[in-house]
Amino acid sequence: MSDLAALEKSVLDDIAAAGDEAALEAVRVAALGKKGSISALLATLGKMSPDERKTEGAKINLAKDKVTQALTARRDVLKSAALDARLASETIDVTLPLREAPAEQGRIHPLSQVFEEVNTIFADMGFAIAEGPDIETDDYNFTKLNFPEGHPAREMHDTFFFNPKEDGSRMLLRTHTSPVQVRTMLSQKPPIRVVCPGRTYRIDSDATHTPQFHQVEGLVIDKGSHLGHLKWILHEFCKAFFEVDHINMRFRPSFFPFTEPSLEVDIQCRRDKGEIRFGEGEDWLEILGCGMVHPNVLRACDIDPDVYQGFAWGMGLDRIAMLKYGIADLRQLFENDVRWLNHYGFKPLDVPTLAGGLST
Amino acid sequence: MKFTLSWLKEHLDTDEPLEKLAEKLTMIGLEVESIEDKAKALAPFSIARVISAEQHPNADRLRVCMVDTGNGAAPVQVVCGAPNARAGLVSVFSPPGTFIPGKNITLGVGTIRGVESRGMLCSAAELEISEDHDGIMELPADAPIGKGYAEWAGLGDPVLEINLTPNRQDCTGVHGIARDLSAADMGKLIDPGIKQIKGEFPCPVKVSVGDATLCPGFALRLVRGVKNGPSPEWLQKRLTSIGLRPINALVDITNFMTYDRARPLHVFDAKKVTGNLTVRRAKDGESLLALDGRTYTLDPSICVIADEHGVESLAGIMGGETSGCDENTTDVLIESALWNEINIAQTGRKLGINSDARYRFERGVDPAFMVPGLELATKLVMELCGGTPSETVVVGNAFGDDRIIDFPLSEVKRLAGIEVPLVEMRRILVHLGFMVAGNGPVVKIAVPSWRTDVHGKADIVEEVVRIVGVDKVPMTPFERGDDARKPVLTTMQNRIRRAKRALAASGMVEAVTWSFISKPHAEMFGGGQAELVLANPIASDLSDMRPSLLPGLVAAAQANANRGYQDVALFEVGQVFKGDKPENQFVAASGVRHGFASANGMGRHWSGSAMTDALDAKADAFAVLAAAGAPMQALQIVPGGASWLHPGRSGTIQIGPQNVLGYFGELHPRTLEALGADGPLMAFEVILDRIPDAKKKPTRAKPVLELSAFQPVSRDFAFIVDRTVKAGDIVRAAQGVDKKLITDVSVFDVYEGKGIDPDKKSVAIAVTIQPREKTLTDQEIDAVAAKIVAEVTKKTGGTLRG
Repeated sequence: MSDLAALEKSVLDDIAAAGDEAALEAVRVAALGKKGSISALLATLGKMSPDERKTEGAKINLAKDKVTQALTARRDVLKSAALDARLASETIDVTLPLREAPAEQGRIHPLSQVFEEVNTIFADMGFAIAEGPDIETDDYNFTKLNFPEGHPAREMHDTFFFNPKEDGSRMLLRTHTSPVQVRTMLSQKPPIRVVCPGRTYRIDSDATHTPQFHQVEGLVIDKGSHLGHLKWILHEFCKAFFEVDHINMRFRPSFFPFTEPSLEVDIQCRRDKGEIRFGEGEDWLEILGCGMVHPNVLRACDIDPDVYQGFAWGMGLDRIAMLKYGIADLRQLFENDVRWLNHYGFKPLDVPTLAGGLST
Repeated sequence: MKFTLSWLKEHLDTDEPLEKLAEKLTMIGLEVESIEDKAKALAPFSIARVISAEQHPNADRLRVCMVDTGNGAAPVQVVCGAPNARAGLVSVFSPPGTFIPGKNITLGVGTIRGVESRGMLCSAAELEISEDHDGIMELPADAPIGKGYAEWAGLGDPVLEINLTPNRQDCTGVHGIARDLSAADMGKLIDPGIKQIKGEFPCPVKVSVGDATLCPGFALRLVRGVKNGPSPEWLQKRLTSIGLRPINALVDITNFMTYDRARPLHVFDAKKVTGNLTVRRAKDGESLLALDGRTYTLDPSICVIADEHGVESLAGIMGGETSGCDENTTDVLIESALWNEINIAQTGRKLGINSDARYRFERGVDPAFMVPGLELATKLVMELCGGTPSETVVVGNAFGDDRIIDFPLSEVKRLAGIEVPLVEMRRILVHLGFMVAGNGPVVKIAVPSWRTDVHGKADIVEEVVRIVGVDKVPMTPFERGDDARKPVLTTMQNRIRRAKRALAASGMVEAVTWSFISKPHAEMFGGGQAELVLANPIASDLSDMRPSLLPGLVAAAQANANRGYQDVALFEVGQVFKGDKPENQFVAASGVRHGFASANGMGRHWSGSAMTDALDAKADAFAVLAAAGAPMQALQIVPGGASWLHPGRSGTIQIGPQNVLGYFGELHPRTLEALGADGPLMAFEVILDRIPDAKKKPTRAKPVLELSAFQPVSRDFAFIVDRTVKAGDIVRAAQGVDKKLITDVSVFDVYEGKGIDPDKKSVAIAVTIQPREKTLTDQEIDAVAAKIVAEVTKKTGGTLRG
């Protein structure tokens, strides 16, 4: 074996024996460094004859290339082993529980959610949303809505009143959102299409009544809207709101001071273990009142009932929320028990849309 | 309004089955609330006679009765607690094994205080045929012993109850209901008419009416020589079938007329009436022992019928006990009158009397039927009790019904969207008692006297449509038109919606609290003004309109804490009241956090837990403001807030001192104490109305984005300042050095403690310098840094930390 071959083998052996990158670097320096063994051989080329240089040079360079390749290969092996060893020491406990995202913990009250659902449906039908004050005058809450003097609703027994003013008049808490209809008719010219959601108050407190509750009313005034349109709108609304393909509704003649003709509307349903299924079953469940706006109401709002006509409806927001989401007790809506709110409330990203679905 | 099928058939010739009649009633606006078939439920109850009733040996209030249950069976021993259990009484018996509906129990053989009892004698309440539980039922002595009670009492007759709307007083009588059904093609109305009964002598009692508005009409007649007693079986059954108690023939006739004809009447025992009758207002201090056995104290708001002795009857509501008719009555005065609806309603409410008469008079009875009703009653009195009638005295009742409506036939189509031919309209209206003249296009329609609710064209449309059937009105798509699809929510509605979602996204849970709170709580939050105090609150702690959502939220948080849920973050967005005008109602967004419900995460956690603090409330307020579109750069934070907040741990958010948008901080310990809440509790309040409106832009395009070609440079500075120096002032001082170059100043460390004087703190800021036109040289950057140090030192008295 020539010296070169012996050197090459010795260096390659050292490379293979290098246990880490530092040892390998020492081997590299010893072979290929300025004073390395192979570098020293290369330095001898200068003193050789051209022919000798040609043959010896090729040999030495071949050896150098081999060593260089071996170094690279060994370095990759050692680097990879070092990384493996490091990674093996770097572990975490991935079973540690996360902190729940705030957006998963927060809740929107079912009333707010249903309020948005209703607005979404009616907005799509071309209705604007109108609102008005909770503290109303007797005139807007009763007189302009054709409640006769002495009507029981005007008594202290049914309606919250404030103390009389010096002129004898007294404000009250609106008993329905109908004063918003009055305000709308007095401030806008027909055609009018609005829904009026809001908080309302009556002196009532038992399992099915709370002193404050919420209504959503609708009002259409123009030159051609009639009961047939009203029926269609309510039918479309109920299908959209309860998210069913079909629903059977029953329109019964009834009486309200502010509409004539007046109707009450029932929807067909089946009660099944606390759940209500619509569009099937034998029960009729009353959900709203409606009718053609009474000519006296139109007149009181400076609208000529022989030229304009229209209809209105009203329903309990709390009630339809309870029906849709299977809430058993109205009072729970105002008890603010976080266990209840967590269960019946909605996550902030559950924004009702028609495109994405109201409740999905 | 209750009636039975057989009673209806006295007025309606029909072969329609019950179910169809009931469905039709509902669909024409007379909603059937229930149909009750008592015969089934009461089959085990039979008529029985008490043979003997002895004192129970071991109980003062009990009697041991031997009861003849008929059919030759041996007498049965029954222990009975009713005070009226006595020998000879005919009552209702139920054997062991019977389900007692009024008690919701099934009877067994019992031993009561040592005496065996094999059955029960029942009250009307126990059978659920009336509210009457004052003792066991008392049946006529000739009631057939052993026969089924329900069958004998005519309870085999299904009872219908209608949920009558207040406008339909004409259907408070069976006749009116039959009339509606006849119009709806359910049979023929039976109406034999009413014959006038000639008086044999002048009525000796005169009537004077002081105030015709209280009493528009009054008719009176004497029937002399009557023999009063139990009314005949048919009449008793009519009354018991709908839960009324037969009393005597004369009284039963008035009750029958009330339900049969919607015509309440009153009968006086003429011998107990002194002199003439006067209709007048009661005087203060007058009182009346009424037929219900209660004594009512009267005042001048109440209309009464008085004789020379005093008050004898509460007009239109209830008669008096002393002039009432009993089995000794021989001369009877029959009154048929008209009363002021509002006065009747007010008097009824004031005295707490819900009588059948009040129910009808407050709805307004048929004025034209006042005298015919009296004739019909006279006929019944003479048939059942004999006697000779006087002439009729009539006061007032100058009744002329001139309600003629000019009705364009097109009105039905216009309002109801359904075409109804004139022939059909005419048929319906005539059946309902209207008169129709002409053949269109505009007809004249006369309204019958009993339809006090019909005044105009819309009412006629309703009559036609309800009988034709609302289900026949075709559903008509409602075109939304070609208006642009534009947002329908107002700015405020959008603010509310976004504020709610933003707070929920910060982990808070939305509450809905009462609009009214207690006076002390209202006052603590700046409320309690006289104009916001309810005159009739539902409870004394719900007396004042809320000036803030926080009292309600704090109460809700505390209620949850009391249930074991301490770490709560609740918010509400809702109305608050600063006055009773519409412009003084505002929308507030408020929230409270307690315990470990911090803005950075709820509850204790391995990654780090922090109790919520005042700056969580600041974060919540800012989340609301940002979501609601407030100009965040323009907001100023001033230390200290409302009086209900901790003075050192609270802040005010404002845009200049004139526009305070809200407050945040820790609730003042005194607030907590007054609200009865455990602290510390963090709270904020933002008034959404105070957020300035954003400028309207002509297009939706965003402004052009300008990106600098040069890299930003960041430099950190730490200053030692007095503890009282506000971080905001340091930031502002640094920002003010060069508003163009300095694009951001952030506080990345605040340190107090070891290595720093006790009254000092270290505040470290990172300043971002964004070159605009060229890369800055080191010297230029150093120059800006030096200016920052100088400016902060000058404004805050601080020094650069070595």
